[in-house]
Amino acid sequence: MYDFNYHKPGSIDEAIQLFTGAEDGVYLAGGHTLLPSMKQRLASPTDVIDLAGIGGLSGIEDVDAVLEIGALTAHDEVATSSVVQSEIPALAELASLIGDAQVRNRGTIGGSVSNSDPAADYPAGVLGLGAEIVTNKRSIAADDFFTAMFETALEEGELLTKIKFPKPEAAAYVKFPNPASRYATVGVFIARTGSGVRVAITGAAPSVFRSTDMEAALNGEFSVEALEGITLDAGEMNSDLHATAEYRAHLCTVMAKRAVRKLL
Amino acid sequence: MSISVQLNVNGKSVTLDCPSNTTLVDLLRERLELTGTHVGCDTTQCGACTVHLNGRAVKSCTILAAQCEGAEVTTIEGLGDTDNLHPMQEAFRECHGLQCGFCTPGMIMSAVDLVHREPAINEQVIREGLEGNICRCTGYHNIVLAVESAAKKMRN
Amino acid sequence: MVEQSIGKSVLRKEDQRFITGKGRYTGDIDLRGQTYGYFVRSPYAHAVVGEIDTSEAESMSGVVAVLTGKQVAEDELGGLPCGWMIHSKDGGEMKQPLHPVMAATKVNYVGEPVALVVAESFDEAKNAAEHVSVDYEELPAVVSTAAAQSAPDIYTEAPGNTCYQWELGEKEATDAAIEGAAHVTRYTLTNNRLIPNALEPRAAIADFNTGTEELTLYTTSQNPHLARLILTAFVQIAPEHKLRIIAPDVGGGFGSKIFVYSEETALAWASMKLGVAIKWTAERSESFLADAHGRDHVSDAELAMDEEGNFLALRVKTTANMGAYLSTFASAVPTYLYGTLLAGQYKTPNIYVEVDSVFTNTAPVDAYRGAGRPEATFLLERIVDLAAKELGIDPAELRRKNMIQPADFPYQTPVALEYDIGDYEASLNKAMEMADYAGFAGRKADSEANGKLRGIGLSCYIEACGLAPSALAGALGAGVGLWESGEVRVNPTGSVTVMTGTHSHGQGHETTFAQLVASRFGISVDDVEVVHGDTGKMDFGLGTYGSRSLSVGGSALSVAADKVVEKGRKIAAHLLEGDVDNIDFEDGEFRLKESNRSKTFQEIAFAAYVPHDYPIEELEPGLAEKAFYDPVNFTYPAGTHICEVEIDPETGVTEITKFTAVDDFGTIINPMIVDGQVHGGVAQGIGQAMLEQCVYDESGQLQTGSFMDYCMPRADDLPKFTVGMTTTVCTHNPVGAKGCGEAGAIGSPPAVINAITDAVGVRDISMPATPEKIWRAVQEVRS
Repeated sequence: MYDFNYHKPGSIDEAIQLFTGAEDGVYLAGGHTLLPSMKQRLASPTDVIDLAGIGGLSGIEDVDAVLEIGALTAHDEVATSSVVQSEIPALAELASLIGDAQVRNRGTIGGSVSNSDPAADYPAGVLGLGAEIVTNKRSIAADDFFTAMFETALEEGELLTKIKFPKPEAAAYVKFPNPASRYATVGVFIARTGSGVRVAITGAAPSVFRSTDMEAALNGEFSVEALEGITLDAGEMNSDLHATAEYRAHLCTVMAKRAVRKLL
Repeated sequence: MSISVQLNVNGKSVTLDCPSNTTLVDLLRERLELTGTHVGCDTTQCGACTVHLNGRAVKSCTILAAQCEGAEVTTIEGLGDTDNLHPMQEAFRECHGLQCGFCTPGMIMSAVDLVHREPAINEQVIREGLEGNICRCTGYHNIVLAVESAAKKMRN
Repeated sequence: MVEQSIGKSVLRKEDQRFITGKGRYTGDIDLRGQTYGYFVRSPYAHAVVGEIDTSEAESMSGVVAVLTGKQVAEDELGGLPCGWMIHSKDGGEMKQPLHPVMAATKVNYVGEPVALVVAESFDEAKNAAEHVSVDYEELPAVVSTAAAQSAPDIYTEAPGNTCYQWELGEKEATDAAIEGAAHVTRYTLTNNRLIPNALEPRAAIADFNTGTEELTLYTTSQNPHLARLILTAFVQIAPEHKLRIIAPDVGGGFGSKIFVYSEETALAWASMKLGVAIKWTAERSESFLADAHGRDHVSDAELAMDEEGNFLALRVKTTANMGAYLSTFASAVPTYLYGTLLAGQYKTPNIYVEVDSVFTNTAPVDAYRGAGRPEATFLLERIVDLAAKELGIDPAELRRKNMIQPADFPYQTPVALEYDIGDYEASLNKAMEMADYAGFAGRKADSEANGKLRGIGLSCYIEACGLAPSALAGALGAGVGLWESGEVRVNPTGSVTVMTGTHSHGQGHETTFAQLVASRFGISVDDVEVVHGDTGKMDFGLGTYGSRSLSVGGSALSVAADKVVEKGRKIAAHLLEGDVDNIDFEDGEFRLKESNRSKTFQEIAFAAYVPHDYPIEELEPGLAEKAFYDPVNFTYPAGTHICEVEIDPETGVTEITKFTAVDDFGTIINPMIVDGQVHGGVAQGIGQAMLEQCVYDESGQLQTGSFMDYCMPRADDLPKFTVGMTTTVCTHNPVGAKGCGEAGAIGSPPAVINAITDAVGVRDISMPATPEKIWRAVQEVRS
């Protein structure tokens, strides 16, 4: 890791100010994506702005039809929260499948979602539930948030502060992990909501996406059979050492069926 | 950039200056000479560096020393010593849950946290709970037995 | 009387330090005033090295020096040698291109060291390494094992990138038997390339004392004396008596820490040149690039049988990848540790094997747990399974029909080895019973009812361990002896210090050897301390590999202990005023026959060191004895492994529902430790069969360069193991032991693949059998 200036601001305003004043600043939440890339010298920020000193960025609140989860809430906290387990159990389940135990003790929802790793789990939950991403200056709908591989709608220096998850009627997440890294080779999040079924898929393509074909089929009839014959375009899928595009496309359907089965 | 950090390691208060890019494991090994915590990879995968930070298992290679300001850290050296072994340490020996010993401190620290946080310990829970720790020697068979055995003692 | 501990699961003496964080690995050691080394490595698989500009790096903060491969060449250091000369079938010697300590003119694999930066801190060394500028002129890379011989030459002295073309067995008889056979099963296979990944990355500290001119090298070695010999006699870094090598606690080896590598060699040279201590600890990314890899064969095999399924002949043609240079034992792995094992447990009368070893622009390939024997076993146990399927015979029955029987020993195979003893059917029967082979059909039906596929696979393996008579090994090309040293030092108070030339890096020698010696003397295991891993402390030894430590090193200790007892009897005879022939030693007491007079082991030890009443004219004082034990034959551990799997056909995800290993390791000193060795070996074998694969792309870039991509077995990938033993005692060493370190990795891969192919109903699935490959095979069968 190269040397850098370390800051630990006490407020969001101060954090933004530090970011603006830095040559190449970066926010540090749990650090479980940032620090590995800094150690590999793939990232070399001049200034690391640790958000841990800012109050109010962590925690889970049950606010009517919405669960609000602060950006610095660790994966394990979401996985084991009784509120999340009762209101959106699929989200708790998703969080329990991220990385490994030590990673879940440190990694945060804000860090994961801001990073938009194509193989991360949280983006499937955020998009699948149609969550709202709240920043220091605005609120962004999940459908507009994940723009490309490792890219989001966040502007330079904009800070994700919390995520509002509308409570679905029911939801399920099924993951096929990469056997080496334990990231998602394919992860399918299906939510039944007041405005219809949402199907979000992570790991399979350069960025998390919704399968409109699967949503249409499931809106027609919410059954495993409804997904029969739906095969995603392998041309849009990632391919790597562990899974070709064709296999990933196949897994999307299998994982989607399994998610549906959990909801029947 | 040099920073000053104050933390509590194995029950002792420590204050020291270090470069901002110092990781917790570097601080433990290089500054405090607590070499029981090991480094087996550079991608946050192997878990050999696992310690407890405020009571929870974390990979100390992926935490800055600066992030540990005010924190309580427990390493394998602080878990128990020769005259007063933690049940998990004892169980690893009794069940032959270690061979070369390199992954062992991290494995033990993870296992202790696992038993603390999981209400029901069984083989599957142990195997899934230890996915963040790689052992190349034992095939995990005896590690699973050790954790099962220690869990019983820790619950009594 | 102290309880005899042979055969008992004594808890390990070494564990106390490991479970409390008090282990002392190389990386845990810091020397006063030490500097840090960081290597500049080639980013290209194959390139001409032009100018190396170190000036910018040298001017950076904390930098002590930057040394390059060009300076290595100027200092005329020798290359890193390969210790086993293989002759081609035409009689020619193998090609051994110079393996430089650091590359001077050409780099031949990604990660090859080109320069060493020495600085006051690790970060400063690493930072400066990024500013060493090397001009490379990239050349086309040779990567594929199968295509290497038709690719452009990497070395002018090795046309066709061929290191040697070796053969073993009777070609004409084998050809004739195959031609006339009723049935021939053919199989083309790849034995996948693996990366050992001992959890402790390699590390070294070289410390040259300018006052005494002694060089101390701490290093992660399985065999410190061998490292000293190579650095002395071949690389010519320092005279042997001025070089001390210490291998302290070592965090796993699996073969990868046998070898003498560029890094510790360069460090030793640099420390002498600069007069400072230098420490290097590999980052895991470096380990992936620069540790010797394992396996990497492609083979064609033919097994000929008569109508009844009796094996008539086996013909094998293998191409083995050596990587860019010949590592320390690389040449022996696909020859004398491979071709010689192709008889397996069977009475195949004719066997002929040809092996072409090839150079490629990849990391050197050398011994990895099993070394050659897993490759032989995989080929044989897969082709036997295929033959059984083709002939419609139960795989267990076809094996049984062809097995060498207990009455056949000693059994001379057609591929050089003479097996001394075994009972292969006993292991097969016990394994089938423990695995409930008979109940498989019912379990398969249950799986099918749940929409799952179920399969069962056998593997009946044999290995040759504890190599070998030195003279035989020498005749076959070995550059060193293969004996082992041991010293038993009885201290005046009767406690014992044991020195061994073997090295423990997880195997538990500190306990097993203590049990061996303690039992002999009738003393407590706690009163025996085993010392290893320091050329400054013990006699020359050969180290630990090839499952040799107990059968060869333990035998040396056994002989040394005999000498102690013999001397003790003489002392006792004097003290008890009897004839030495009338002195018995049992349960820790020297007794005069037909009397009630005796002396304890401790009393005799004391008398030996305080020789006031002592036969001083006939006997020297003191009680310490040495032995150098040269084995008279290999040992032949063997057994049967059975794997049962259940497969989800929708995804190809496979669960090992039961893995049974029944092994014959001869005499067992500590069953707990032996079971642990089996568990670990099987885990690595399952890793090879289902998870692990080293992948280079076409340009020679390593695609599996971290644990993010190279799939290591984790706790949730593996089942509990069912382990059993049968025993035939090794006939030719005093311990009766055969060795147990590698069996798991040798026996298990074919059992896994036989089970998976059985479940899917397909002829072959290559290793690693990943979910995608299995899913594709299921699709193929169903369409």
